[in-house]
Amino acid sequence: MSLALAVRKSWFEATARARVAGLLDAGSFHEILPPAVSQPSPHLAQLELPGAFDDGVIAGSGRLAGKPIFAIAQEGQFMGGAVGEIHGAKIVGLLRRAAQEKPAAVLFLIDSGGVRLHEANAGLIAISEIMRAVLDARAAGVPVIALVGGSCGAFGGMGIVAKLCSAILISEEGRLALSGPEVIETVAGVEEFDSKDRALVWRVTGGKHRYLMGDCAMLVEDDIAAFRSGATEFLSGWGEPAPSIAHLRASQQALEKRLAAYATYRDGLQVWAALGVAEPENVPMLDRDSLVAVKEGLPT
Amino acid sequence: METLNFCFDSAPVLKGASPALCGVVGSGNLEILIKTGIEPAACRVCIKTSARGFGETWQAVLGSFAASHAAGGTVIAINDMGATPAVVTLRLAQALAEYQGGGQ
Amino acid sequence: MSLNDILDSLFPAGHTVNVENKVISGVATTAQGTVAVLGTTDAAAIDHAMALALAGFILDTVEQHPGRPLVFLVDTSGQALSRSQELLCLNGSLAHLAQCVDLARRQGHASLSLVTANAVSGGFLSFGLMADRAYALADAQVRVMDLRAMARVTKIAHERLVELAATSPTFAPGAENYLRMGGIEAIWPAPSAALLAAALATVSQARAAGDQRMQCGLARSGRRLAAAVVNSVCHSAV
Repeated sequence: MSLALAVRKSWFEATARARVAGLLDAGSFHEILPPAVSQPSPHLAQLELPGAFDDGVIAGSGRLAGKPIFAIAQEGQFMGGAVGEIHGAKIVGLLRRAAQEKPAAVLFLIDSGGVRLHEANAGLIAISEIMRAVLDARAAGVPVIALVGGSCGAFGGMGIVAKLCSAILISEEGRLALSGPEVIETVAGVEEFDSKDRALVWRVTGGKHRYLMGDCAMLVEDDIAAFRSGATEFLSGWGEPAPSIAHLRASQQALEKRLAAYATYRDGLQVWAALGVAEPENVPMLDRDSLVAVKEGLPT
Repeated sequence: METLNFCFDSAPVLKGASPALCGVVGSGNLEILIKTGIEPAACRVCIKTSARGFGETWQAVLGSFAASHAAGGTVIAINDMGATPAVVTLRLAQALAEYQGGGQ
Repeated sequence: MSLNDILDSLFPAGHTVNVENKVISGVATTAQGTVAVLGTTDAAAIDHAMALALAGFILDTVEQHPGRPLVFLVDTSGQALSRSQELLCLNGSLAHLAQCVDLARRQGHASLSLVTANAVSGGFLSFGLMADRAYALADAQVRVMDLRAMARVTKIAHERLVELAATSPTFAPGAENYLRMGGIEAIWPAPSAALLAAALATVSQARAAGDQRMQCGLARSGRRLAAAVVNSVCHSAV
C-alpha cells in the first residue's frame, strides 16, 4: 500500500484513547490509574451528572520512536475536557513523577475548555498546580510538548498551560486562546466577536494563525500519524533549556515589539499581511505544506 | 441522573481477560466498563444515566444482550449521556469482544 | 478600601508605589527589609500591556535586586475580553508573566500575594496563584464565575447550586472556599503590617517545601481527593 492510499486517521475526530494508541509506539502505552481502578468524580454525582471512570483524562507511560515518554491525554468529548479535581490531580501527579523519573518527554494531548465549572474552585487551583508542575518538569530537564488539535482546542487556563510547555504542535483544526469566542460575544457583544463566524474564529484562534505568528512551533496535518512524526521530529532536535532570565528577557522583548506593532488589529488577515505574507486572503485555503513554505519564506 | 441495577442470567463468558472500556461519556454516547465478577452464570449491570425514566428500555436492551451473548461472570458498569439503544447494543458487543482479548 | 489605605496599612514604614494603567509597581519597607510591590488595582481585566508591564518589573527586580521578596497585590476581574487581545495570543502573555514569577522563585525570591478586592480566573492564575503563598482580605471576592452565570452555563438550577454551596467548597465563589481548598493560605481581617511580616517570615519555608496547596486542602477537608490521586499516580507501578 502506498502512503497516498493510507487511510488518514483524524486527530480531531478521534477519542483521547485512540490518539494515545496511534501516537505512541504500538502497544507501548501503560495507563496509570486506568478506568477499572479509578472512580468518577463525586462532585459531578452530587450535581446529578454521570461521571467518567477516568474523569476525562488518561495518564501513563509508553514509548515514542523507542524513547521512554510519559503521556497525558484529555478527552474533549467528556465535559469539554474541562479540569476538575481528580482530572487535574492525575495531570499534576504524572508531571511530578516526570520531574523525578525523567522520561525523554511528556506529551500533553490538550483538548480542553479550561476549568470545569461544576468543580470551579478545585479546577482553578488544579490548573495553577499544573502550571507549576509543567515548569518544574521542564526545570528538571524534561521537555513537555503540547499537542493541540481536538474539538475543544486549548482554552482558558489550559490555554495558559499550553503556552507554558516547551513547544506546541498544532493542526489547522486546533484552536488556542484564553477566552472562548462565545464568552467574548456574550460579554462584549456580537460586533466584538461573532462566535458563529467560523472563518473569523479560525483566523483569530486557529492553528495556522498561531503557527504563522510563532506561538506554535509546528503545524501538522489533522492526522494521528502526522502528530506522531511531528512529535518525534521535534524531540530529536530539542534540548530543554534551563530556566534563565536571558530567555525570558528575549521573550519579553519579542512580545512587547509584537504588541506595539499589532495592538490595533482585529483579524488574522491584518497580522499576516504585516508579517509579510504576500496573499494573506489565500492563507485559509492553503494546505499544510504550502502554509509551512509560506512561513519559512517570511522575513525574520 | 438515575442509577439502575440489573442482573441477568447469561451463559458463562468464553474467556475473560483484563477489564475493558468502550466508548466515551459524551452527548448521545456512553462508556461501558466490563470487569470479572464472581457469579459464573450471571451478568450484573450498574448504569448511571443522565436520562431518567428509561429503565424498561435498558432492561430490554441489556436482557437481549445477555441472552444472545455469553456474558456470564462479568460485572458491567455504564456511564450514559443519552445513548440510543442501537449505540448501547453496539458498545456492549465491542466491550465484550475487547474483554475477551479480541479488540475490535 | 482605597489602594493608598491598603498600602499605608501594609507598609507604615514607607512605600513608593506607582500606578499606571491599573498596574502597581514599586518598593516598600517591611520588618524584613525592602520588598518589591506589584500587582493590579481597580478590578483590572488583565491584557497584554498589563501582563508585560508586570513581567518586565519582575525581570528588573530579579536582575537588579537579587533575592528581594515580591509582594503581589491582586485586584483583577479576570482577563480582558476582546478579539484584538485574543488575536495576539493573550494566553501567551499570561503564561509569560507566570513564567517570570516562577523564575523569580527559582532565583531565590520569596513571593506572596494578597487579594485586596477581586481575584478571578485567568488574571488570578497568571500571578496571584503563582506566588509561593496567596492570602486574601476578608471582604475579597475570589471566583471563577458567579453562581447565576454558572447556573446558566451548566443548566443546573440556581437554587440547587446555592443549596450545595452551603456544604461544598468545591465550586462556589468566596475566599473562604479557596481557603478550605488550599488555594489561599489565610484570610486577613484587614491589611496589616504585622500579618505581612509574619507571612513574609514563613514564606521562604513554603518555597523550599514546594507546592503544598493540595496537602493544605486535604488538611482543611476542602479538597479531599486530589492529594491521594497524586500520590497513587506518583507511586503506582508502570
